[in-house]
Amino acid sequence: MTETNRPKIRAQHVEVHYGDARALHGIDLDIHAHEVTSLIGPSGCGKSTFLRCINRMNDVIDGCRVNGAMFIDNEDIYGDHMDVVELRARVGMVFQKPNPFPKSIYDNVAYGPRIHGLAQNKDALDNMVETSLKRAGLWQEVRDRLHESGSSLSGGQQQRLCIARAIAVNPDVVLMDEPCSALDPIATAVIEELIEEIRSEYTIVIVTHSMQQAARVSQKTAYFHLGNIVEVGDTDQIFTKPGNKQTEAYITGRIG
Amino acid sequence: MTDTSTSMSVSAALKSPESAARLKARYRAERRFRFYGRAAIGIAAGILIFLLSSIVYNSIPAFTQNFVDLDIELAQDKIDPNFSYDTAIIASADWQGLIKASLRRDFPEVNARADKRELYDLVSSGAGDWVRDFVLDNPQSIGGVVRIAVPTSDDIDLLIKGLIDRTLPESDRLVSNKELVWLDHYTAQDRVNAQFAWTLFTAGDSREPEMAGLSGAFIGSLLTILVTLAISFPIGVMAAIYLEELAPKNRITSIIEVNINNLAAVPSIVFGLLGLAVFISFFQLPRSAPLVGGLVLSLMTLPTIIIATRASLASIPPSIREAALGIGASRLQVIFHHVLPLAMPGILTGTIIGLAQAAGETAPLLMIGMMAFIVDTPTDITSKATVLPAQIYMWANNPERAFLPKTSAAIVVLLVFLLSVNATAIYFRKKFEKRW
Repeated sequence: MTETNRPKIRAQHVEVHYGDARALHGIDLDIHAHEVTSLIGPSGCGKSTFLRCINRMNDVIDGCRVNGAMFIDNEDIYGDHMDVVELRARVGMVFQKPNPFPKSIYDNVAYGPRIHGLAQNKDALDNMVETSLKRAGLWQEVRDRLHESGSSLSGGQQQRLCIARAIAVNPDVVLMDEPCSALDPIATAVIEELIEEIRSEYTIVIVTHSMQQAARVSQKTAYFHLGNIVEVGDTDQIFTKPGNKQTEAYITGRIG
Repeated sequence: MTDTSTSMSVSAALKSPESAARLKARYRAERRFRFYGRAAIGIAAGILIFLLSSIVYNSIPAFTQNFVDLDIELAQDKIDPNFSYDTAIIASADWQGLIKASLRRDFPEVNARADKRELYDLVSSGAGDWVRDFVLDNPQSIGGVVRIAVPTSDDIDLLIKGLIDRTLPESDRLVSNKELVWLDHYTAQDRVNAQFAWTLFTAGDSREPEMAGLSGAFIGSLLTILVTLAISFPIGVMAAIYLEELAPKNRITSIIEVNINNLAAVPSIVFGLLGLAVFISFFQLPRSAPLVGGLVLSLMTLPTIIIATRASLASIPPSIREAALGIGASRLQVIFHHVLPLAMPGILTGTIIGLAQAAGETAPLLMIGMMAFIVDTPTDITSKATVLPAQIYMWANNPERAFLPKTSAAIVVLLVFLLSVNATAIYFRKKFEKRW
């Protein structure tokens, strides 16, 4: 197996229970580095639940149990030696609703490097903030008001701020949970462009309700239905000749 | 036909006469409700204004005090016969005797014992303190005759303020006819003057209304509240953070939760009994001390602070927690970097409410001996003290008539004290408030 073919993230029979209800019925999925993988499917199909398994955000939900194994770089993240704080530094997350901290733009981006001790001094931290904001395509707009509140930005800018915050700690993987669902089409286009630009450096997994978005930004697509993966493959192939009747019905808008 | 009438279009329905009537009734109902609301606010505000204005009106006489200027002969042999110039010896002289001598000189015709006693009653039985303080400040005046303003007795004070009617028959009046004549003698010489009653703020409690002040109770209240704050705020906030953010949701935590809510509804006198049994009888802490008072009031304030803090923590949107967790913050970092600062205004509001309750509480302090006649102003949290509400209660119960305005004045001071505590807390709350 060559280096490029080894999956970055490998899910092996991942099962999730919320109390007595089973949300995921044993998911097997390989996710490769430097690609965008989109998870699509109707509401309640478990795609967000699966996404939150990758950085163990489900841990904080009462009554949530995860079975099976999830490997990142061949390391079981549900293993005993795994530190959740370190994992979440390696696997960044962008949420559905932009959620900047009620602090300044600078402090929002600097928070991750600060708590993980990534910057040696103030200059290094300034540099990291600038780099992250540039990568998130926000630098030009906020360079003169870094000390204004993050919540003073528009919705699209806030979401890019959240992306800058997530990539400031230089993670391997970026998870995006419907990052554009609260944004208008112009802001959405900006974010999609951004995803395309940064994908060479990260492994990106994105949950989306928009078929067009999945088709535009991702190389791989997985279709979830009722807690199972129905079909997974190259995005081109899924959207042009889906192998499964259910997938076809969903992407052509007949169900979902 | 029936078909069209059952499914009439909205615009048609709104034009029908029944609809117009219904619409009118709806507006009427809204107007009626507005009126009820205004009436409720008006009644509440009216009662409050009536209460406050009557208290303030009754308290006005207590803020002034009448003094009479007496010529005191500061004879060397009566004050410091051995020329020691020792303040301790000077301070222990018979100052009241000097005042009596001065009164006798002004009215040499008074000879009978009973008449003399009545004459001495013109001035306060604590008036000697004023002469002493004057001499200690001006030791060079010993040997001369000095005119010093000394407080009148409480009954004379009330008479001058018009609270005792001098037209009443002598048997119904607290001031005798002779006293009226003597007083009028001084008044005619313009030797009776009203001053601001500093005594009310500088003196401790006294049996004599004209000598009684709030200093002891005020400092006692302040110390008690500080002890309460120092104990209940950190414990309450920590307990709430643990219960809300970190505790596992199981039977034990839910029992604790229910009992904290129950504790908030326990009558305050029960906390006093508990304090008596635990802090005083078992731990042997001093009775009547602000330390014990603060401990007891902390027990009372804790549930309020815990409940308010938990509510405030729970109201912080989960998106902020997720954002911090998602970037790799530990649970403690999420709490202390993000949740707690945002919850601070709510926590402070709860603390203000709890402390305001504690500051106005008397029942639990009754049990631990803080409802007591204490003359000295407390100096630390273990010295004997009383608190403002207890002082108000004791003055209100005192049969001396002059304590009536004093009681109202004490209420005014308590209200001002509470308002300033609240204002400080509101200032800090505003400072912490953030938008998100």
